[in-house]
Amino acid sequence: MSFAVETTGLVKIFGDNRAVDGVDLQVPRGAVYGLLGPNGAGKTTVVRMLATLLRPDGGTALVFGHDVAREPDAVRSRVSLTGQYASVDEDLTGTENLVLLARLLGHRRPAARARAAQLLEAFGLSEAATRQVKKYSGGMRRRIDIAASILNTPDLLFLDEPTTGLDPRSRNQVWDIIREVVAHGTTVLLTTQYLDEADRLAGRIAVIDLGKVIAEGTPGSLKASIGAGTVHVRLRDPARRPEAVSLITATLDTPVQLDSDPVALTAPAASAERAALALGALAGAGILVDDFSLGQPSLDEVFLALTAQGAPA
Amino acid sequence: MTTLATVLTREERPRRPSALAASLTFGWRAILKIKHVPEQLFDVTAFPIIMTLMFTYLFGGALAGSTKEYLQYLLPGIMVTSVVMITMYTGVGLNTDIEKGVFDRFRTLPIWRPAALVGMIIGDVLRYVLAATTIMLVGLILGFRPAGGVVGVLAGVGLLVVFSFAFSWIWTMFGLLLRSEKSVMGVSMLVLFPLTFLSNVFVNPATMPGWLQAFVKLNPITHLVAAVRSLMAGTPDATETMWTLVASAVLLAVFGALTMRLYNRK
Repeated sequence: MSFAVETTGLVKIFGDNRAVDGVDLQVPRGAVYGLLGPNGAGKTTVVRMLATLLRPDGGTALVFGHDVAREPDAVRSRVSLTGQYASVDEDLTGTENLVLLARLLGHRRPAARARAAQLLEAFGLSEAATRQVKKYSGGMRRRIDIAASILNTPDLLFLDEPTTGLDPRSRNQVWDIIREVVAHGTTVLLTTQYLDEADRLAGRIAVIDLGKVIAEGTPGSLKASIGAGTVHVRLRDPARRPEAVSLITATLDTPVQLDSDPVALTAPAASAERAALALGALAGAGILVDDFSLGQPSLDEVFLALTAQGAPA
Repeated sequence: MTTLATVLTREERPRRPSALAASLTFGWRAILKIKHVPEQLFDVTAFPIIMTLMFTYLFGGALAGSTKEYLQYLLPGIMVTSVVMITMYTGVGLNTDIEKGVFDRFRTLPIWRPAALVGMIIGDVLRYVLAATTIMLVGLILGFRPAGGVVGVLAGVGLLVVFSFAFSWIWTMFGLLLRSEKSVMGVSMLVLFPLTFLSNVFVNPATMPGWLQAFVKLNPITHLVAAVRSLMAGTPDATETMWTLVASAVLLAVFGALTMRLYNRK
């Protein structure tokens, strides 16, 4: 099966900054593919090249087999983009925006109106239909953005940091929408700064830093390569911390970090099972624990781990 | 109840709209924007009224002996000046519009590429018509009596609008080229002031020094004003009208192409 997106040695240079520096991607069809990286890593630039908004300075990018530089119109008819910033007209109402775009996609006026009303209802925006988009909340704005992207159900949907700045409830709504879109056969290319988000939604993830892919794989394989996460412990009695340190070092087989807080300590854990053993060891020794948690590695930890692996010691 | 699942079912896609249909749809967007922000019409109504009153009473007595006399000469010219000056808002508008994400979406649609810009200018053409109408009404109230009658006035306004449509592409180019709204304004003023004042709008070029006359003769605004005057006076000047249309075609070809080049690269 051919890929939804396939890039080889993709390069984009702004002045003397190589924003994208030789990116190879293979995005399978019909799933969510996550581009994970910090601000300025080059995620948005990759998406903008794939969506035909920027011309690559080197390498090739194929979207459903069409070259983005040579056959932009063929690409445009298969994809939709929801950018990082509102990609609808803030001066117009929800209905006007959707009717405008539906007309531009070739729907006749009555069909465009019907489609707009249908989408507004499906996205829970019927009541805001006649309000200008600039008066929408952050979550509503994201939803109208995504609604505008699926006026014609696209084969590939680009979502550039769709949940940045949203409250947890709106973020969950966006995640549900993404899952539903994928369930109907659309491939989604999602950029995000949150490991958690990529983990929940994406079938595969490419980690990007400084314009290069530094790791690629399923969320499980990426996490396995850097350990399950970090154990955070808070003890009842600060006096017993040295004892706890030696127990945890023994069970986790990793160095323990002492926080400035006298009751807290943290340590990387290779697996959840090992973390459970550590908790058991503390309980067995009668050390009272106020809080014990196994956190997913943060994006910082992922980057530290990945860049440490890549760099010569 | 419409659910997400219903809207996501794949239906046959409609055919992509024609270049004209897409442009007109963008023109509709421009009209919607006027509907939501009607204050923007202030530029095209108050500004022309002030221009007309100011120059009629400022120069009328000195240049033609009476304001009413001068108005017969000035009005077509002041109409051209006002409308051509208003064209610069096309560039300012595009510059602020394109900074927002919505143009990213427009540029990823499989439509005729210039449609978004053509539609925007179609919206602006409505503003030009409104400005020209305002000035004509003020002129008629002050005592302007065009011998060409309704047909002559309509032909004059028509020619002015055609030229302004073509001229607007200079501003779309600057709107895409320059970084901020302020710099677009600055450049517009730098171009528009000499172009409108160093012409036959206010005074007869025969009174100017030779070197200035040479510039005035080359200035397309001079030809436009001469053509509009002749049409409104009921004595159509085919040569001047021709020159104006040629200038419009050249402006459109050169600046339209430059604009599209920038638009595709932005």
